[in-house]
Amino acid sequence: MAKENKEVLYGLYNDESELMHAVHEAQDAHLEIMNVYSPFPVHGLDHAMHLAESRLHISGFIYGAIGTLTAFLFMTWVFTRDWPIIFGGKPYFSAPAFIPITFELTVLFSAIGMVVTFYTVCGMAPGITNPTLDDRITDDKFCIAFDTTGLSGDTVDKLKAFFSHTGASEVNVKTI
Amino acid sequence: MSAPVSPIRDPLIEGGKNYHQITEDICAPTERVPSTAWIAAFVVAVLGLGLYVFCVTWTIFYGIGSWNLDRTIGWAWDITNFVWWIGIGHAGTLISAILLLFRQKWRTGVNRAAEAMTIFAVICAGQFPLIHMGRLWLGFFIFPYPNTRGPLWVNFNSPLLWDVFAISTYFTVSLLFWYTGLVPDFATIRDRAKGVRKKVYNFLSFGWTGAAKHWQRFESLSLVLAGLSTPLVLSVHTIVSFDFATSVIPGWHTTIFPPYFVAGAIFSGFAMVLTLMLMTRKIFKLEEYITLAHIESMNKIILVTGTIVGVAYLTELFIAWYSGYLYEQYAFYNRVMGPYWWAYLGMMSCNLLSPQIFWVKKFRRNIMITFVMSIFVNIGMWFERFVIIATTLARDYIPSSWSYYVPTWVEVGIFIGTLGLFFTCYLIFARVAPVVAVAEVKAILKTAGDQYVGPNATHKHEHVAVGTHSH
Repeated sequence: MAKENKEVLYGLYNDESELMHAVHEAQDAHLEIMNVYSPFPVHGLDHAMHLAESRLHISGFIYGAIGTLTAFLFMTWVFTRDWPIIFGGKPYFSAPAFIPITFELTVLFSAIGMVVTFYTVCGMAPGITNPTLDDRITDDKFCIAFDTTGLSGDTVDKLKAFFSHTGASEVNVKTI
Repeated sequence: MSAPVSPIRDPLIEGGKNYHQITEDICAPTERVPSTAWIAAFVVAVLGLGLYVFCVTWTIFYGIGSWNLDRTIGWAWDITNFVWWIGIGHAGTLISAILLLFRQKWRTGVNRAAEAMTIFAVICAGQFPLIHMGRLWLGFFIFPYPNTRGPLWVNFNSPLLWDVFAISTYFTVSLLFWYTGLVPDFATIRDRAKGVRKKVYNFLSFGWTGAAKHWQRFESLSLVLAGLSTPLVLSVHTIVSFDFATSVIPGWHTTIFPPYFVAGAIFSGFAMVLTLMLMTRKIFKLEEYITLAHIESMNKIILVTGTIVGVAYLTELFIAWYSGYLYEQYAFYNRVMGPYWWAYLGMMSCNLLSPQIFWVKKFRRNIMITFVMSIFVNIGMWFERFVIIATTLARDYIPSSWSYYVPTWVEVGIFIGTLGLFFTCYLIFARVAPVVAVAEVKAILKTAGDQYVGPNATHKHEHVAVGTHSH
């Protein structure tokens, strides 16, 4: 998180279709969008903004693989090396009996790992307050924000014209 | 282009809502003074919780001798209740995970409450194995931790230990899934609240802003968690059934148990979801979000799973006869005609016969009938577990060990007490969190709101520049 305050010019839209049109227009006009906020996931928005695909699922696979190996190798070590015990005349290394716990730990490691990664990369944690632009963004407003720190008056006017042209219901400036 | 919606689909959000009204309607119950109905329910629930604490304390003080277990019947009410609660705890993850993968839009109306119900049901279930140990304070022995006794490890080949892992994993993953879904909705409440409430919800919402990248990751996370939870939910009750199926007791030692237990779990889980949702939608006035279309969908699942369970009962009887194995045949003769015939009758009539009325559309959409049926199903599923466990154990290989089990007031008190625990948790949840997933309902408004689809649609279906449909 940057310490210095940013001056943000943002416009609020009333509907996700207006938001999508505006995002497309901004991309066509080569305006540099700082961020887009919405009360629910708007499908296609990530493509329109040219956001890279999330790599969260890759991390999930890696955590899951760690879980698989941890469970299977640990049980193998316990029953063949550390303290071999015969249960019901079965071999020490009774792999099929290890499957249920291996599966459960795969899921457990993957889920916990992914959730922790998600909150970490999003800069979220219990008690953290991230700056928000408008209270209605979590209700019914769709927001496009431009970072106008140090921009010339002309450029800011161009952005304001963009907002009025694309039908933003409100345009505000806020320092966050 | 927008998602194509069949014109015969029922709308899932009624009353021509806009986004702001959705926020208002769903957040309102957390923002006003509790209603008399809520307070009355809460008092009853807390009394039940008090009974639970009292009976558990009694059990620990006087020992397991205060239960009516004996040499023949070593498992009875406690494990029956354990399996019953775990079964109920299956609907939440089924709704949130499997129905997410199948893109069933009606899940958005009920998934939040169903997931909460799952978590509380698993908490209730988890009580029983712990109390059953007798020495509650040694409960941590079930985990493989390095110890000074060797270290002596737990038996990784035992289904009872698989159960420990299955249920702890299920609880953890359900909790993470549920809470992650709650975070954007807590942020909605945070941005409406003032003073202390704002601080509390700010803490709970983890600093959510609604940024596009966060939503993208959020959706990716939800999808993968759903993909992980789907086999997980099937594995949990499979492993619970292994507790019985891997033993050598006639009537338990059958390969049909895993699918039969999973179907039964979904069956009882949906019944409990219906019981709760019918009350919740009434008390919190959410009839426009949890509509008859939702209730009908759930009743269809009850019909299907109830029939699967019924087929399993009949298959068991057939295979017992067909196996030609005397002890197996006796076990099933004893279930139907033995001293616990009344439990078998209760199970058959509640689980197999009564759901058949849902072939009729009028009954599927009748709230009173659905409510009564949901209670019937829960009673029936409790009987099923009792039949499997107590009936089987009561008639041992040696007739001199035969026994008849009747619970003591302590056991009954613990069971009723867990209902108190469950409802206390649920009522608190319904006060502090939105019982319907606000963001998810908003996301389906354009394809499931009654102003867009259904007979009363007034808006032409919108054509948004880039797809609003799920990929």
